[in-house]
Amino acid sequence: MELKFPIYLDNNATTPMDQRVLDTMLPYFVEKFGNAASRNHSFGWVAEEAVDYAREQVAKLIGADPKEIIFTSGATEANNLAIKGVFEMYASKGNHIITCTTEHKAILDTCKHLEKQGGAVTYLQVQPDGLIDLAELEKAITPKTILITIMYGNNEIGVVQPIREIAAIAKKHGVLFFTDGTQAVGKIPVDVLADGIDLMSFSGHKMYGPKGVGCLYVRRKNPRVKVTAQMDGGGHERGMRSGTLNVPGIVGFGRACELCMQEMDAEAVRLSAMRDRLEAALTQIDESYVNGNIQHRLPHVANISFKYVEGEGLLMGFNKQIALSSGSACTSASLEPSYVLKSLGLGDDLAHSSLRFGLGRFTTDAEIDYTIKAITETVLKLREMSPLWEMFKEGIDLDKIEWAHH
Amino acid sequence: MAYSEKVIDHYSNPKNVGTLDKNSKNVGTGLVGAPECGDVMRLQIEVDEVTGIIKDAKFKTFGCGSAIASSSLATEWLKGKSIDEAGAIDNMDIVEELNLPPVKIHCSVLAEDAIKSAINDYRVKNGLPELVEEKAH
Repeated sequence: MELKFPIYLDNNATTPMDQRVLDTMLPYFVEKFGNAASRNHSFGWVAEEAVDYAREQVAKLIGADPKEIIFTSGATEANNLAIKGVFEMYASKGNHIITCTTEHKAILDTCKHLEKQGGAVTYLQVQPDGLIDLAELEKAITPKTILITIMYGNNEIGVVQPIREIAAIAKKHGVLFFTDGTQAVGKIPVDVLADGIDLMSFSGHKMYGPKGVGCLYVRRKNPRVKVTAQMDGGGHERGMRSGTLNVPGIVGFGRACELCMQEMDAEAVRLSAMRDRLEAALTQIDESYVNGNIQHRLPHVANISFKYVEGEGLLMGFNKQIALSSGSACTSASLEPSYVLKSLGLGDDLAHSSLRFGLGRFTTDAEIDYTIKAITETVLKLREMSPLWEMFKEGIDLDKIEWAHH
Repeated sequence: MAYSEKVIDHYSNPKNVGTLDKNSKNVGTGLVGAPECGDVMRLQIEVDEVTGIIKDAKFKTFGCGSAIASSSLATEWLKGKSIDEAGAIDNMDIVEELNLPPVKIHCSVLAEDAIKSAINDYRVKNGLPELVEEKAH
């Protein structure tokens, strides 16, 4: 098959929309444009029916009841609603939240915001493989703890946390458990009942659906969970999220969930085989290391550090042909290496030298072949140019050098 | 972020990558930056003992495309200059030549530091006083 450039391997950032999803959405822009809250005419009924159907599709993917799905503008809003909503709703019980250092910024910054509002937050360190320590988690629980928020699968390294064990600890202590399921839902089986999840956020655009739509799962039984609305208005979504529903987006989100449910098992096998092949080939390169636990990991993610070459310089070698993300956030203005990789205990040098691969539904074997070749060539070329590689080859201990820091 | 054509050209076809004998008396070596900061440059000059002119310059750089381009450009500029002329190269000249965006100005600063450091290494080896840093970065 002929290769089409650029190759997209940044599916953790966002996924392309599936054409089947778009086809399902299209009638809901012009023809079936009604407001799902219009109860008095057919335009409203058609929209409401479409939303109800999508709500079932979304709920089914995670083993929830449709009434437990609160549609939002995406995962960031759902994360804010979950954490701030629980914090306000359960203020009489306590003010303590437990999270971990490798969470997405939408979790960490929301927690930081609550610290200014009188909240107390424990940020658990992760182990070198990216997993949290369950004993540490249990130790961190106090009588004031109201919420544990630990993500399902990590966006940078793909590590899947021990969700059922975390849920069991939360339940034992009467603490609510919220998980950011953005990267995991639709990629691996997630069942809110079997997993013991009380609240969970996820988003359409990470699973071949549209951007601008996501949801928060809020458990209705054992226990019945409530969150204080963060958006006031018409009382949509059982009063938890006001605002006219994004009908075409929700319809697309529903269809995207349905497709994931149908194709997930085969897709996970296909993607993990490709990912493993990519990883095996790239770790053939001297001094390259896989970051994060490889047993408990999303099937489509790999994060690899190539020591003695710098991530941004590496990306430049093929960024016209391959769309990839550097594990370090160097491409943003911050020039700071990834806080997730640093949380694993990686030195700044290794954290600066990493690439994040996010494979997806439209990734092909030919694309993986090309990527292996392009990255291998670029790493070797840049190593020839790297003073650190030369010093390493001469047996100089780079840690013993006094570098001139700027 | 889009790179300028000149940065891309230096990155794709870097000039003067390599190593000179750092123990040679007429070779000056500058090693600046730090792995933790994501940039390390090593710049070397070989000075003609008779004329005092830089007859060869080599670099190796660990860093982004702009860092590689800055050091590649620096080696091109150094060749044929006296060490005094070389010491006058300013980082803003590099910024201008490569159209570096503001977030990449530190790459040019590093290149200027590497030039000065290489010159000083040469001067010390040859019993000359070190150049004093005239501006703080």
